[in-house]
Amino acid sequence: MSAAGISEARAASGLTATLQHARHVITENPVTGFAFALFLLLVVTAILGPSLVPYDPLATDSSASLRPPSARHWFGTDQLGRDIFSRVVVATRLDMIIAVTSVAVVFAAGGLAGIAAGYFGGWTDRIVGRLADTIMAFPLFVLAMGIVAALGNTVTNIVIATAVVNFPLYARLARAEANIRRDAGFVMAARLSGNTDLRILLFHILPNILPIMVVQMSLTMGYAILNAAGLSFIGLGVRPPTPEWGIMVAEGAAGIISGEWWVALFPGLTLMGAVFCFNLLGDGVRDIVDPQRRT
Amino acid sequence: MDKMPLLDVRDLTVEFATRRGAVRAVDQIDLSVMRGEILGIVGESGSGKSVTSYAVMRILDRAGRIAEGSISFSGMALQTLPESQMRDLRGREMSMVFQNPRAALNPIRKIGRQIEDVLLRHAQATRTDARAKSIAMLDRVRIARPEERYDAYPFELSGGMCQRVVIALALACRPQLLIADEPTTGLDVTTQKAVMELMVELTRERRMAAILITHDLGLAAAYCDTVMVMEKGKVVESAPSADIFSAPTHPYTKRLLQATPKPGSVLRDLVMDPQPEPPPPARPIQPGRILDVRGLVKTYGANNAVDGIDLHVDRGESVGLVGESGCGKSTTSMMIMRLLDPSDGSIQFDGQEIGAVPARAFATHPMRKRIQMVFQDPTDSLNPRFTAERAIADPIQRMGGSIRRDALRARCEELATLVGLPVHLLDRFPHQMSGGQKARVGIARAIALNPDLVILDEPTAALDVSVQAVVLNLLQDLKISLGMSYLFVSHDLHVVRLLCDRVIVMRAGKIVEQGTAEQVLEAPTAAYTRELIAAVPHPPT
Repeated sequence: MSAAGISEARAASGLTATLQHARHVITENPVTGFAFALFLLLVVTAILGPSLVPYDPLATDSSASLRPPSARHWFGTDQLGRDIFSRVVVATRLDMIIAVTSVAVVFAAGGLAGIAAGYFGGWTDRIVGRLADTIMAFPLFVLAMGIVAALGNTVTNIVIATAVVNFPLYARLARAEANIRRDAGFVMAARLSGNTDLRILLFHILPNILPIMVVQMSLTMGYAILNAAGLSFIGLGVRPPTPEWGIMVAEGAAGIISGEWWVALFPGLTLMGAVFCFNLLGDGVRDIVDPQRRT
Repeated sequence: MDKMPLLDVRDLTVEFATRRGAVRAVDQIDLSVMRGEILGIVGESGSGKSVTSYAVMRILDRAGRIAEGSISFSGMALQTLPESQMRDLRGREMSMVFQNPRAALNPIRKIGRQIEDVLLRHAQATRTDARAKSIAMLDRVRIARPEERYDAYPFELSGGMCQRVVIALALACRPQLLIADEPTTGLDVTTQKAVMELMVELTRERRMAAILITHDLGLAAAYCDTVMVMEKGKVVESAPSADIFSAPTHPYTKRLLQATPKPGSVLRDLVMDPQPEPPPPARPIQPGRILDVRGLVKTYGANNAVDGIDLHVDRGESVGLVGESGCGKSTTSMMIMRLLDPSDGSIQFDGQEIGAVPARAFATHPMRKRIQMVFQDPTDSLNPRFTAERAIADPIQRMGGSIRRDALRARCEELATLVGLPVHLLDRFPHQMSGGQKARVGIARAIALNPDLVILDEPTAALDVSVQAVVLNLLQDLKISLGMSYLFVSHDLHVVRLLCDRVIVMRAGKIVEQGTAEQVLEAPTAAYTRELIAAVPHPPT
């Protein structure tokens, strides 16, 4: 085989190896497989949700209010006669957007601040560390409430509040992991190869702590959904009549005592399922991203 | 006295369950040890020597199991003994000393208390006399001022002292069998000598049986009665230690023996096949100094880690920097490498002062690509997320100017061929390669931009002897064909002598002796150098 031939064969094997490894991880552990299936379902629902549902999620029908689950209304209807199944499905997109963007924001901000703190030490470390400590000094949910109350009731502000609340988790994790690797042989070797500090941070240290961060991201996704729902539940954040799991639970909470259990139960179960899915997903994703798990 | 062996292993086979089915780590081996006897098990990594001892102690990890064979320990069949009884045996009847003494000690517990724990666990002491017995034990392993040291934490002790504490722990309950797994790897030669002599003395005195597991044939031959050589899970040769050195019968033993550097051996002799290929064409070298270091000082707090060092390296020369851990040789090399800022002194490279450039800014300095380094631990020095190709390409991309993708790939393949790394391995990640292959990647990366000076920081310390032999030869060939200079940092005098023209011996931040390699090793003038040379294990002759 010619030298060029070998090179091409090598490039091709990289991608297939990754896919094969991903398949192996997913099929090896049934729990991971289940979590991935659930995740796929969530993604599909978020994208196609509004075109799948049988009813308009905002359409009220006073003649059909508070109907229990039936063949016509799978999850029943609420006080205004809106179809709960349609509302739960349509709400997926909003909740997923809040979770994904807030996690992306906190990963970028907290992760980068953390590895910079761990790698440079000194003043960078002190500033990032004290910032994280300050945030952690507040009860986190109360802090999120305060941020949304102060900035205003919008989806953007829920995202910001969720990101701020999670900042210390990411910053501390990234700091600890970067700090261990600061004096590792491969970092010194990277310096000898002429890499600047910024390149070392982004291309040498960051990829190495990515598997750990990914697990953290997966866990925070579940937490972010809960946080958004919690804020909506107490009346901050998303406003009715927009369908959102937290609000729907809040709207149905009073009904549990008077017997209309379905109004709160189904959005609550969906919320639980989504959080559960993200928590299970973490380990599987880590196994896929970490090349050391490949044999 | 009974003639029955204390430990008698027959047809032992250990298998590990993996993704691709069962793998045999140990294949039908027999061994026996008498009371008062020391058996050495010698082999390279992956030979199954450690797994054998884990099987005897029944501490194999979950994937491993004893597939076949019997292990008889003073009449008991260990392979079928219930775990609860095994727990009583471990520590009381048979104990183990591991490679890394710091990892074997609990870092947050006083060492005296740790010895007490073992005594109390096996009911060898009561609350009232545990302290006294613990101190007596520290005294037995020759820890000075044992009453004071009782209250010391592991981090307050040196590596050699920690290993003595571990031996005290292992011997506290007067076991009948002691298994030592690479007990002196990572310790200095003088410390190694003291620890080994202590172990042998205690074994003889207490009429215990001992098994020494090591990769160092010289060490095993010097301290053991019988030596057993293992390769790929099988025993290839077993003989009294004097015989194994004077008359090895198995080809593997011969090869291992040949690869072990010893007084009088020449670099080319280390590899088995008699090198039909001619030496590589030498690159012409213009005479002159490439490196000139004067009055180099590094201060940490009130201590001078490096205390006013003068040294120089000529073009095309190899200089060995030798000393024990803590002598400042690594600090010196890091300063010359410009990874660390000196407190005082000058570093001139090719006539230009580079000591004043801050280490942080040196990454973009034009001199950066002319001084490179091969690190001690090939695993630690490769980014786990980079393939071999990316690791080798990194310096070329950063400092080699703009280069096209296919040209870069071609250059990586050329470098891989140069260091003897099969080209198809370029796509592998470090964890998919062997130690020798990783070492080659590290060397390829260092020579990628044809540097003038390469600092070799114990480049073979983590490698098996046979791999070390090949890598040392490779380094020598590369030096000649590329016209580089080497500063070889090492604690191993034999290895230094093989590769270096001149040797510098350091102690406590100062140079105690320097001269040509023959001069320093054959007729040392400093007492410390003589001590170092004497501490290298000598096989019985």
